[in-house]
Amino acid sequence: MQLLRQTGWMIVRQLRNLMREPVWIALMVIQPLIWLLLYGQLFSRVGALRGGASSYIEFLTPGIICMNAFFGGSWSGMAMIADLDRHVIDRFLAAPASRFALILSQVVRAGITAVIQALILLLLGLALGVRVHGGVLGWLVVFGAASLLAMAFAGFSHGLALLLRREASMIAAANFVGLPLMFISAILIPPRQMPHWIAQLSRFNPVNWGVHAARNAVLTGGHWGATGLYLLFLLAAVAVTSSFATWCFRSYQRSI
Amino acid sequence: MDAIVAEELRKRYKDVQALDGVSFSVRDGEVFGLLGPNGAGKSTAVRTLTTLTQPDSGRAIVAGEDVVQHPNRVRRAIGYVAQDSGVDWDATGRENLLLQGRIHGMSGAPLRSRVDELLELVGLTDAADRIARGYSGGMKRRLDIAIGLVHRPRILFLDEPTTGLDPEARAAMWVEVERLAEQESLTILLTTHYLEEADRLAERVAIVSRGKVVVEGTPEELKANLRGELVTVEFADIDGRIEEAHAIVERLDGAQEVGVDGRLLRTRVPNGAQAIPTILSALEERGLPVASVTTARPSLDDVYLHYTGRDFTAEDEEGKR
Repeated sequence: MQLLRQTGWMIVRQLRNLMREPVWIALMVIQPLIWLLLYGQLFSRVGALRGGASSYIEFLTPGIICMNAFFGGSWSGMAMIADLDRHVIDRFLAAPASRFALILSQVVRAGITAVIQALILLLLGLALGVRVHGGVLGWLVVFGAASLLAMAFAGFSHGLALLLRREASMIAAANFVGLPLMFISAILIPPRQMPHWIAQLSRFNPVNWGVHAARNAVLTGGHWGATGLYLLFLLAAVAVTSSFATWCFRSYQRSI
Repeated sequence: MDAIVAEELRKRYKDVQALDGVSFSVRDGEVFGLLGPNGAGKSTAVRTLTTLTQPDSGRAIVAGEDVVQHPNRVRRAIGYVAQDSGVDWDATGRENLLLQGRIHGMSGAPLRSRVDELLELVGLTDAADRIARGYSGGMKRRLDIAIGLVHRPRILFLDEPTTGLDPEARAAMWVEVERLAEQESLTILLTTHYLEEADRLAERVAIVSRGKVVVEGTPEELKANLRGELVTVEFADIDGRIEEAHAIVERLDGAQEVGVDGRLLRTRVPNGAQAIPTILSALEERGLPVASVTTARPSLDDVYLHYTGRDFTAEDEEGKR
């Protein structure tokens, strides 16, 4: 109970602080739209990339939603670095604040952001002719995939933040992990069009679990069993990375 | 009962032995000062006692609980005001206080009225609903202290409460700390590298140097151990004859602990007013040009020099590097 209450108040703190950053809000809305429009145009003439969708933009929309979610999650640890730099974390740690609540609140915040962005992207997609074949359940699956993906990477990102504790190191690490994961995934092209080894590798990429789930929901509105399994995998990843981040407080506390 | 007991605390960071067997105890209800130059290990000691970090060995009991075995019990009993402000810049003063209260399990009307009371106490009522980013250094510091007090702790840790404040804000903070100790009936452990601050605020002090407590007692006791007054002679132009001056003064009756440092000669005498004419005539007889003479009752500075054999200010500068 105490854990949930603390997590809740810390989420309130983070969302309230973010709402006071107009530039952040503007970028949060505009950035994913740029991705969608840019990539949509760039690859629109390559017919083979459609992967069974009626248009490339329909194929791309769930992919961009997931890319956006996992990028958002990967970078979310920067908030932890800011809190470490301003010694807000020390102040919480010397009070009976649950370490898990500190992590969980950041992770949930990343999930909420991802769902808002997914909604904006889906609405733009609809305007560009995308149809969600999975209906209401399809929408929910897309939101689920986006939030779980963001949360899984947020846990990892916060663990890294506690281990590295420096912005420059954090930026390097997030790029080092994030960009390869993006290209070893079906975000931009269907697995069929990938070299065999990349296609095999991509099956173990959590980003891809989200992409497959979201794409099933948008393009086919079927394969619910497989989709559910992907979401379960992601949920497990959230549990693993959040626990990892909580454990990383030990490393931080040894260093101070 | 003792509010804080530290026994043989040791803590090593990669190549620095930050705590090298620190022991001291703080009685219930007193203001206790950990005094030492930068880098002496005061902040590490405080971080250990506030459960932020764990000692490699040794034991610490705070408010009757072991800091390693029951950190959450300790956390509920203490308030911690770190050397670096822990204020959330993007939140208002009031929001900062409310969140801290909620972490301590407070809620509703009791929390709101406690927050109002503290804002009043530290003089931030008018600024309460402004974003803390716009606060001055002194205001942030006062908010930090209020944050440390939300849950009515028994023991308050103040790590370098006046570092970085201008002299005016520092004097105001001293008054504040004295008032808090009384009004909130707190045990306060404060660390400082200002000798005058420890002298002014602390009922008892422990002097920390290179990870160890070198001496512990009331400022008066420590100063009383250094009998007599300190006489400092400054020479105008000594030209390598300082050793000669040293030898002359050492032969005089009652002159103890004679030491030289550049163009300065220091000695401890039972009575400065009587000793100065004797010292001056002995030096001038031999043609040594005296520029000035000062006499001082022992300060904590002298206590530090006496117990560590090192000059406080020089050590402090070294610690900053």
